[in-house]
Amino acid sequence: MIKAILVINNHGKPRLLKFYQHYPEEKQQQIVRETFQLVSKRDDNVCNFLEGGTLIDGNDYRLIYRHYATLYFIFCVDSSESELGILDLIQVFVETLDRCFENVCELDLIFHVDRVHHILGEIVMGGMVLETNMNEILQRIQEQDKIQKQEAGITAAPARAVSAVKNMNISQQLKDIKLPDLPSLSNLKNAF
Amino acid sequence: MATAVELAIEKIDEYKSKIGRTLGTPMRLRDLIRQVRAARTMAEERAVVDRESANIRESFRDDDSPWKCRNIAKLLYIHMLGYPAHFGQMECMKLVAHPRFTDKRIGYLGAMLLLDERSEVHMLVTNSLKNDLTCSTQFVSGLALCTLGSICSAEMCRDLANEVEKIIKQNNAYLKKKAALCAFRIVRKVPELMEVFIPCTRSLLGEKNHGVLMGATTLVTEMCEKSPDVLNHFKKLVPNLVRILKNLLMSGYSPEHDVTGISDPFLQVKILRLLRVLGKDDVRVTEEMNDILAQVATNTETAKNVGNAILYETVLTIMEIKSESGLRILAVNILGRFLLNTDKNIRYVALNTLLKTVHVDYQAVQRHRNVVVECLKDPDISIRKRAMELCFALMNRTNIAIMTKEVLIFLETADAEFKSECASRMYIATERYSPNHEWHLDTMITVLRLAGKYVPDEVVSCMIQMISANEQLQSYAVSQLYHAAQKDAINAQPLLQVAFWTIGEFGDLLLQPTDVDSTPISENDVVGVFESVLPSALTSLWTKCYGVTALAKLGTRFQSTGDRIGALVRMNQAHIQLELQQRSVEFNVILNLGDLRDGLLERMPVITHNSLNAAAPSMIDEEVSAESGAPVVTNGDLLGDLNLGGGGSTNPSNDYSSDLLGVGVGSGAASAQAPPPPPPPTSNSNILDIFGDTPSSNAAGGFDFGMAAPAKEPTYQPVIAINKGGIEVQLQVIETWKNEKARLRMTAYNYTPRTLSNYNFFAAVTKTFEIALEPASSPNIDPNEHTTQFMTITRKAPNTTARMRTKISYIVDGTEQVGEGVVNEFPGL
Repeated sequence: MIKAILVINNHGKPRLLKFYQHYPEEKQQQIVRETFQLVSKRDDNVCNFLEGGTLIDGNDYRLIYRHYATLYFIFCVDSSESELGILDLIQVFVETLDRCFENVCELDLIFHVDRVHHILGEIVMGGMVLETNMNEILQRIQEQDKIQKQEAGITAAPARAVSAVKNMNISQQLKDIKLPDLPSLSNLKNAF
Repeated sequence: MATAVELAIEKIDEYKSKIGRTLGTPMRLRDLIRQVRAARTMAEERAVVDRESANIRESFRDDDSPWKCRNIAKLLYIHMLGYPAHFGQMECMKLVAHPRFTDKRIGYLGAMLLLDERSEVHMLVTNSLKNDLTCSTQFVSGLALCTLGSICSAEMCRDLANEVEKIIKQNNAYLKKKAALCAFRIVRKVPELMEVFIPCTRSLLGEKNHGVLMGATTLVTEMCEKSPDVLNHFKKLVPNLVRILKNLLMSGYSPEHDVTGISDPFLQVKILRLLRVLGKDDVRVTEEMNDILAQVATNTETAKNVGNAILYETVLTIMEIKSESGLRILAVNILGRFLLNTDKNIRYVALNTLLKTVHVDYQAVQRHRNVVVECLKDPDISIRKRAMELCFALMNRTNIAIMTKEVLIFLETADAEFKSECASRMYIATERYSPNHEWHLDTMITVLRLAGKYVPDEVVSCMIQMISANEQLQSYAVSQLYHAAQKDAINAQPLLQVAFWTIGEFGDLLLQPTDVDSTPISENDVVGVFESVLPSALTSLWTKCYGVTALAKLGTRFQSTGDRIGALVRMNQAHIQLELQQRSVEFNVILNLGDLRDGLLERMPVITHNSLNAAAPSMIDEEVSAESGAPVVTNGDLLGDLNLGGGGSTNPSNDYSSDLLGVGVGSGAASAQAPPPPPPPTSNSNILDIFGDTPSSNAAGGFDFGMAAPAKEPTYQPVIAINKGGIEVQLQVIETWKNEKARLRMTAYNYTPRTLSNYNFFAAVTKTFEIALEPASSPNIDPNEHTTQFMTITRKAPNTTARMRTKISYIVDGTEQVGEGVVNEFPGL
């Protein structure tokens, strides 16, 4: 069973936190700090499995992680999970994000954290793998996004004409917000 | 130009936000994130968060606000940063009750992230979940299932289990897979609700959709692990699972589930794991899956990680269900190939699995010993650690010399954390497998030198015990340790401690020439070693204590250097450390007592026990091959209910002398007066080894091969020690107490129609007794035949009653069987 999924950047800032068991808020932050300290001191030429730490349910747990550019994707699992299988699952998660955000980078996770949660919810549910077929995942995400857009359209009808001009600016703004010096995650996925 | 455009956009955006707020519109999530990211200090970030939290609280008071959705999104971001967000729980409940999908989506996400199981809000969310589980829109039901799967409490499970079951029966694959995982969480939380899901789960395993199959497999695995009855129920489905697995193997290209050329590796891994649970300890079920396991093991592509994930799971399954020997060899060979893989993750899991596997199929793992040794040089510290552990597990009498060579090379450059563990394990290994005592001593001296200050104290005391207990070793030991101490050993304090103790006890042996070629050693040379080490600031306190004690003893063994010895002892009479100061003062007084001092400083009695070899037999004097013999086993578990509490030191020594000569924690076990410490955890694996397939040595303590049985010995009634599965084990006293020793005979009768092989008999006695077993007459017992084995019991305390716990292990039809028994009374003893 997966106990927690954490996405943390190279400086220890959390970008996504999902716990499948209940932990008090302060404990969650402790787990984030300790986990980051454990994975950040490891070279890229050592294996991606870690035992240790004292915070999550005693001793039946491991950290399985991958490091992409500026982000660590860390799965805290118990002994019933296959280490190699989880590595592949991280890959599915990252590739799905890449397809949803068109060349995903850390800024996408920062500004769309709610959407990342929804995407993760279609891959892992209740601490277990729900779906690994990327096309199925993408299709479900797109259908739900469409519903959300339709609802936004209905409620915003009176201001539609005014919003037309603003939306054009917003789309332009989004393109320029992406900082060119942050390397893309997709370029590094092929190495794995 | 680009910068100017960005600035313009920023200004426009800021202007729009101001307009929005003027109209009462709360800040957008994007703006909050931007402000937090712009904060230069933690205090500034806190100020931004506090201000926005206050705004959110203010907005929550307006029940009709259309901005709840936006506010919750911001609150979740604040929560991720680690700031308090629990006040948003009730607002999440209101959102999930909204008809709009957008509101439900963010509301349920908030519920998953903010709610805890003790919250009163759970009753409210249960109501919303119940409504949404029956919603006609599949994505609303999906959200509800996802939330229930994440935060279910026991009450919530009981209320909603039937709703989840209804969804499992529907035709919607998207909801079925979610409901299956939801049921998994419900079963994990409230196991008795399993019954709700057993009927519908069978049909789930007949589905085509891979997501549904994945969820169903997960659910069945959990139910089987929770309940033996359910386990038996689902064993009938093994042919179905085998068929699914076969289809995945045989299917041609399927773009939907293809991952680098392999068909849905995740589902394959899940099914293999379920097969492992179903096949464990069940020969019939195991046979049903042997073929498919062999097929997966030989046909899966290994070029990509997904293929290795499947192979890895296959190996775990083969090992767990105790497949036939050929399949296990295939599994170990797969792990051997993993060890050669360039991917460090593959190597790591291979070493991990071989470590668990080595006791299942010892010989198969041995074949990959050379590759394991190579892993000691891996740059990855995790892999090196596993390789070290596996090397020790693979050591045996045959390969110990070559394996030791490799481990010592590793020890030379190992990290500090490895040196300590390596030293302890090396002592255990050398004690069990050494070809002779001299080799054992030489190897451990090398270990002490290479591991330096990281050698644990228990290894020091164990080496002292070894030297103390083996008289023929003492002359050699004192010579070797003297020369080792002469070299630059200041970085190896534990080595100095062992050397000092040994020189103190047996220093007079140094003066006797051992052979013509050796250089004569004089008293001056020996005292010179102490003179160069003791005053040094680099010498540790305990080493100095050992040194002063040794010098005091040398005061009675040497003659011409008495004055120098006395001066060295007095040197520390004003030492700042009280332990050392007191020792020096007292020894100085003793050395001037005349005749009395010789008695006080005599050789210590033999030390018979140490903390590391409590579970290991002592080394035999004669080279007797005893592959089928049983070692003496004395451990807490086996003797737990036989402990009569009558134990005590059998070598009472002068209390005054014993107390005075103790040198602190490091040599606590060096005194026969001290109680033996409990075995360290590492002994447990040795205990398990002894009962497994690992070859073990015979125990010969107290045994006399040449003793003839006296004539006309009375015949004593045999007792039945074990009677199980057609195997009867009888114990009979053939010679009662004589010189505190008695002889017994074990006879094992095979009343089954099948041949037993690898028969092993183990026995343990209470602390006041010692037992030594001879080899059995035959390790194989044909039908209606028997095997015999003689043993000798030594009594340490007169007039105590012997009690024995016994155990047998044997193989019949390729399966290992185990039997146990207790004998509380022996006629004739």
